[in-house]
Amino acid sequence: MGTATVEPQIESRVHYLNVSYGIKSWLLTTDHKRIALLYLASITFFFFVGGAAAVLMRLNLITPEGAIVEPATYNKLFSMHGIIMVFLFLIPSIPAVLGNFLVPMMIGARDLAFPRINLLSWYVFMAGGLLILYSIITGGVNTGWTFYTPLSTTYSNTNVITAALGVFIAGFSSILTGLNFVVTIHKMRAPGMTWFKMPLFLWAMYATSIIQILGTPVLAISLTLVALERLFHVGVFDPAVGGDPVLFQHLFWFYSHPAVYIMILPSMGVISELVTAFSKKRIFGYSFIAFSSVAIAVISFLVWGHHMFVAGQSIYAGLVFSLLSFAVAIPSAIKVFNWTATLYKGSVSYDAPMLYAIGFIGLFTMGGLTGLFLATLAVDVHVHGTYFVIAHFHYIMVGGAVMGYLGGIHYWWPKISGRLYPEGWARLSAAIIFVGFNLTFFPQYVLGYLGMPRRYAVYPPEFQVLNVMSSAGASILGVGYLIPLVYLAWSMRYGPVAGPNPWGAKGLEWQTPSPPPTENFEETPIVTEEAYAYGTEETQVA
Amino acid sequence: MHSSTVALAEQFDDLDQQHEASSLGMWVFLATEIMFFGGLFTAYILFRNFYLPGFEAGSRLLNVRIGAINTAILLCSSLTMALAVRAAQMAKKGVLITFLLLTLLLGVTFVAIKLGLEWRHDYLEGFAPGVHWTFNGPDWRHIELFFVFYFFLTGIHALHMVIGVGILTVLIILAARGRFSSPERYNAVEVAGLYWHFVDIVWIFLYPLLYLIGGRY
Repeated sequence: MGTATVEPQIESRVHYLNVSYGIKSWLLTTDHKRIALLYLASITFFFFVGGAAAVLMRLNLITPEGAIVEPATYNKLFSMHGIIMVFLFLIPSIPAVLGNFLVPMMIGARDLAFPRINLLSWYVFMAGGLLILYSIITGGVNTGWTFYTPLSTTYSNTNVITAALGVFIAGFSSILTGLNFVVTIHKMRAPGMTWFKMPLFLWAMYATSIIQILGTPVLAISLTLVALERLFHVGVFDPAVGGDPVLFQHLFWFYSHPAVYIMILPSMGVISELVTAFSKKRIFGYSFIAFSSVAIAVISFLVWGHHMFVAGQSIYAGLVFSLLSFAVAIPSAIKVFNWTATLYKGSVSYDAPMLYAIGFIGLFTMGGLTGLFLATLAVDVHVHGTYFVIAHFHYIMVGGAVMGYLGGIHYWWPKISGRLYPEGWARLSAAIIFVGFNLTFFPQYVLGYLGMPRRYAVYPPEFQVLNVMSSAGASILGVGYLIPLVYLAWSMRYGPVAGPNPWGAKGLEWQTPSPPPTENFEETPIVTEEAYAYGTEETQVA
Repeated sequence: MHSSTVALAEQFDDLDQQHEASSLGMWVFLATEIMFFGGLFTAYILFRNFYLPGFEAGSRLLNVRIGAINTAILLCSSLTMALAVRAAQMAKKGVLITFLLLTLLLGVTFVAIKLGLEWRHDYLEGFAPGVHWTFNGPDWRHIELFFVFYFFLTGIHALHMVIGVGILTVLIILAARGRFSSPERYNAVEVAGLYWHFVDIVWIFLYPLLYLIGGRY
């Protein structure tokens, strides 16, 4: 309804979507907004491929002896799920889609500093992603997403080199995105856009970029060394010939622990935007949230040893890593408290993005607190390598990162597409996702605490009830993810026209038409007010 | 100023912003490179401490003289690169092309000596782990590990040199076409120079780590 009357409005103006047509205008674009959409399509595809692997795993775990696949196939399924979700969905998700779209708009720039490098990063990403898919289609990998030695170097007879090469290549796209954001945020801000007037999403993106730049190269060399050891049978990690398998774990986690902050920090940035926009209130403790992002980025590089408490690391190193892992909870908690305080006395409205934001705060808090259990040496000995770790990780990555991603996609969808999504369906699917998520992963905390190890295709019969609950939750979760896919695609054509600022939100991106013109702003904006200046100007106290 | 407006990409407001952005971009890229080599250096130093006798024996099998000659060649190339940047700043086309060519020549010489002379020699002697390994003396496992790192580190470094040579080739072609005819356009040469100096500095660390601290002196 109403679409017929508003159709001319949106078509009459030239914007980034209708400025040119044809496949070439997309594949050769240097417009950051179009590249964001290329990424959106690609990672959505990878998300559902990785999700399909998870569905098969959960189906298999319905019965104790494994319902549908051989254990060897199960190993390949969880490896595929992990590699695709971590490297091809979570790491690029918010930075490459929302970050690409929003970083220039939020600082009032026409584009990123290096538009061609930005396009290159998408091609590099696709090359890595397709190579990983190829490695899966031609036989798969059974090492898990962690590629632990000596399984990956000596014993595995699967496509380790191809998959590792794919991850290596995809890593470069992450570096290029981070590099572009750092330079853009440093050098391209509009007049008056000082560091402390920037939206908190940008602080989160900046902190994320630092991790991408400094962490990813270390992953690259670790995987190269694995490939070399497989190819030439030299013993960098093989203890039989003088190598050290724990060295691999050190190198791997030096990247991959910070990498989980690559996945969660951008989500935290999104939540900061959502909480203020739907509370119509200045954020509480702006500078604390800003600096907590930077603090998380810094501390994230100092905690990798907590993955090796039981891997033969010295007990003194364990003590230090335990302490530092507790320390990373402080900036995370600062964010949670400040978001909650922002809600206080705000005019809170419960649109779909806000539902995701509130879901994030609750689920992230649970995931974070159980992270503290795991950082405690004695408790970790009990739950290490169990479903407790799986549940913790998914509360952060799915309950946290994916919730933030979906919240952000809904919040900025009117800006991206120029159309509103159907609010009722969006709230319904947010609720389904929340219920499905908890039903999937809460039983896994219990399973892990009771001692069910991760990565097994079979389990003792007494764990069946909890496993069936988890599998039932996964199917609900799957439905929850499919609904937005349908209605967002629908809304691109049939949704009501959004107008420049449907939420009444602050921020430069809402001051330009939706969808924005190719150059983002008709003239470079001059920033005079702080971020989140909600309420009348008079009541704002600096 | 006409030539400068042509040189300005549309996302930038002015040339200063563009220069600063491209320089910062290269510095950030070099930070990733430091982490890349840093991880390898760390692994090398750890193993060196674990297996000191084997690594010292391995180091003594390298040819210090060739390493020293290559070090000198690289240092000279850094000088010619710096002079090329200066020439670009002053928009002296002939001088710029001369120094870029000199840098290119020195870089190619380095790679030729490294791969054609040293690697070939090591390979023929049977010091190529996994490919051609004939050495069976005491500690050979650890000496093999030393050579794994030797080939990987110098190989990655040589790869960076080859990329640098490619960049220099592009710059020479651009310079010959008059791309750097105005002083405002020197930035591309400067950014390439940053990269070139970085690759040199990596070698300045590699040379002592691999050749010199082997208990030889």
